[in-house]
Amino acid sequence: MEDTGRTHDERRAGRWTSVLIMFTLVAGVLSFVWSARSYWLLPLASAQGASIDELFDIILVLTAIAFVAVHLFIGIALWRFPARQGAKAAHWHEHLGAELTWTVVPAIGIIILGIAGEVVWAKVYSAPPANAEQVDVVGRQFEWQFRYPGPDGRFGRSAPRFVTSGNPFGMDPSDPENKQNVVTINDLHLVVNRPVLLHITSIDVIHSLSLPNFRMKQDAVPGRVVDIWFTPNKEGAYQIVCAQLCGVGHYTMRGNITVQSQSAFDQWLQSQIK
Amino acid sequence: MDAVAVRQPEMAHEPHPRESFIRHYIFSIDHKMIGKQYFLTTMFMALVGGAMAMLMRAHLGWPDNGVLSPEQYLQAVTMHGTIMIFFFLTVMLTGGLGNLLIPLMIGARDMAFPFLNMISYWTFVPGVITILLSYFVPGGPAGNGWTAYAPLSAVPAAEGGAGLGQTLWIIAILFVVISSLFGSLNFLTTVINLRTRGMSMGRLPLTIWGAFVTAVLALLSFPVLMAALGLLLLDRLAGTSFFEASNLIIGGAASTHQGGDALLWQHLFWFFGHPEVYILILTPMGVVSDIISTFSRKPIFGYKAMVLSLAAIGFLSFLVWGHHMFVSGMHPLLGAAFMGSTIIIAIPSAIKTFNWCTTLWHGRIHFTTAMLFAIGFVSVFVTGGLSGIFLAIAPVDLYLHDTYFIVAHFHFVMASASLFAILAGTYYWFPKFFGRMMNETLGKIHFALTFLGIYGTFYPMHFIGLHSNDRRLYETTAYPFLSHTGPVDVFVSLSAFLLGFAQLFFIANFLWSLKYGPVAGDNPWHANGLEWTTTTPPPHGNWEGALPAVYRWPYDYSVPGARDDYVPQTVQAIPLVAAAGAGGGEA
Ligand code: HEM
Ligand SMILES: [Cu+2]
Ligand SMILES: [Cu+2]
Repeated sequence: MEDTGRTHDERRAGRWTSVLIMFTLVAGVLSFVWSARSYWLLPLASAQGASIDELFDIILVLTAIAFVAVHLFIGIALWRFPARQGAKAAHWHEHLGAELTWTVVPAIGIIILGIAGEVVWAKVYSAPPANAEQVDVVGRQFEWQFRYPGPDGRFGRSAPRFVTSGNPFGMDPSDPENKQNVVTINDLHLVVNRPVLLHITSIDVIHSLSLPNFRMKQDAVPGRVVDIWFTPNKEGAYQIVCAQLCGVGHYTMRGNITVQSQSAFDQWLQSQIK
Repeated sequence: MDAVAVRQPEMAHEPHPRESFIRHYIFSIDHKMIGKQYFLTTMFMALVGGAMAMLMRAHLGWPDNGVLSPEQYLQAVTMHGTIMIFFFLTVMLTGGLGNLLIPLMIGARDMAFPFLNMISYWTFVPGVITILLSYFVPGGPAGNGWTAYAPLSAVPAAEGGAGLGQTLWIIAILFVVISSLFGSLNFLTTVINLRTRGMSMGRLPLTIWGAFVTAVLALLSFPVLMAALGLLLLDRLAGTSFFEASNLIIGGAASTHQGGDALLWQHLFWFFGHPEVYILILTPMGVVSDIISTFSRKPIFGYKAMVLSLAAIGFLSFLVWGHHMFVSGMHPLLGAAFMGSTIIIAIPSAIKTFNWCTTLWHGRIHFTTAMLFAIGFVSVFVTGGLSGIFLAIAPVDLYLHDTYFIVAHFHFVMASASLFAILAGTYYWFPKFFGRMMNETLGKIHFALTFLGIYGTFYPMHFIGLHSNDRRLYETTAYPFLSHTGPVDVFVSLSAFLLGFAQLFFIANFLWSLKYGPVAGDNPWHANGLEWTTTTPPPHGNWEGALPAVYRWPYDYSVPGARDDYVPQTVQAIPLVAAAGAGGGEA
């Protein structure tokens, strides 16, 4: 064994390893191409989502280049530089120019990405438009409840002290306005091309209101109300996923979304008022 | 193991009576024995964690077979993550590799505090017992994820089961935390104070740099986890309300908790959690640097940049925890700030990758199993690091958070990378510690199957993640858009089984080689590190006679004009080609 590192001809091993790395490269890229047809981002249905998808595409291209470049480099190195009789390794181990290049180039790339990310982030979390439809959302084990203002666009009074199992929104029973409010379970209706402002909370553990088609996700946190808004821009039926482990029934905690025209929405809302 | 250990010569530096069995194997204060204890204990835990993974995949591939109930599935997920992170990787890298390697690679007789070292191992053991015990209590083990988000983990009425499992989970991890704190104090002191003559910080092998920065991270981040666990325990047992807001309705009844904050847990947990993931990768980065250099017969490229980037990653890792919380409800401005810091941390990671690649170039590569795993490390680390960029860009993370894309990310960049480095390190240092070589043929089969198994298991998770398949779902039947992901899950499960099967080659090789492997010389790889200058296996006290003096860094491979293609750190004047025949090997 004392001879390891001396006389072995490692060319065969080098080729095999190189082939393994190249296989990883090819399979890694091809499987992504295949996936783009079968399993990709869910169909986009919000105005804000477009710039998120653009960012995604840019990152995908950049990371794909990096993935290919690094694996190609390793693959070639393994092929070209196996130990064999007579060959000697080089001894260099420092090169300021090279090191600066591969520090600065990725740094620039990633900082530009970061700036683009910050811009989109700021847009997603900008102040909601005044005409937004408003919906209160409560997550609980293991369902979503939604509360819509009545036809006059107003919520009745509510307060935490009224919260019970049967009244998760804590609606004040003495306020007649609350009779006009609509509460649904796992059923969120949105108006197409109208911004919607969701006030999200939870009454037990943390849930997460995930709206993949709208590129939004917000944890429902007990004890705080978090607002998010977006503009659905495609009519249709979508799903809400609970994205935060919330207990044994977590996997059943699905909600439905219907994006519809204003008139269809109004009709639906009217039909819900008891 | 016995056969080898018994052969150990008596302690060299002072008269030393023969130790009793108990002093030698159980309550040993020799870092090598403690390291072996850690190594074997954590390897055993890896098998337990791996078994959980096999169960999960058996269920997810064929959800209709009812292998697991929803509750059992969550328990398997939780115990898999918990055991792999806390009871395998963390402790294997620090207690195992750290203990075995630090004194030998810096030229010390032992750790600075050998007794504390023993205490540290024996604080870890109750943790192991507690977590294993939790399988057998009513209701079973914890099932709230390795991240144990409160209030789910804090209010027994919110979880399934009887809740004792979650309490034991907290206690078990507290043991690990305390044990790790002892360990990191010891490692820091040892590296700072016990380096041998000539072993300046600038000549430390990168493995030791990795272990050193790791110890700093552990020392600064584990106390925060300890505090968080303490508060969680109080919430569960004493009715305090650190993590529960007022007016909650849990299990149909009004909760008595008041005035706490669920996000407090996440801030504390991730303030620890992000440094923790680097605790699991910095030592591996060092190990891989050393192995790639040795088997390329070429100095590591950019040593200074490697050290600086380790330090930079260590520092930055305390500033990025909020990237786990982009959608948690913390203020979007904080999200913006954490996006900025997270972006920056990708840069030192990129530097390291390029340096590994460049080290290969114009090398004279020896494809030992250790080297194969080191090369595999670079591949999986790159694949996982690149998916990290998607996640760092917060608006994109809005979509990807808590999907299988995350699972893919951290299994490549952390789990696989760390595992590969541990395996590489085992193949590399096994001869030194057990006196025999491991079988290279079995090793190569192990590598090829493991590499393919890893990619087959985790790469397709990107795809279902992009398709918004959330993690930690017992089954996906509730979601129509996931109705056609079944084939991917089957493929992933089959790959996972292959991965599990491949490890049998390792176990067989390990056990077989302990007894029947060819006897290893002192320096079978012709490597430069100090650990190769002592006898194999090293005696108690590590070197017979005086401690070695160090004259150079550990990367003098293929020095032009030198007789050999390696120059151990203890060599003062390099034997030149002309002088061949003058001396007999290393000094
Ligand atoms: C290129 C640098 C990296 C970047 C930019 C990055 C970014 C991120 C981000 C933003 C997340 C949160 C995703 C989410 O939950 O929505 C994440 C998750 C994670 N990362 Fe990384 N990461 C990087 C490297 C690493 C490394 C080196 C490790 C470990 C060695 C690691 C381990 C993890 C783990 C364990 C999680 C998930 C924890 C959990 O939710 O269970 N990452 N990463
Ligand atoms: Cu939920
Ligand atoms: Cu992190």
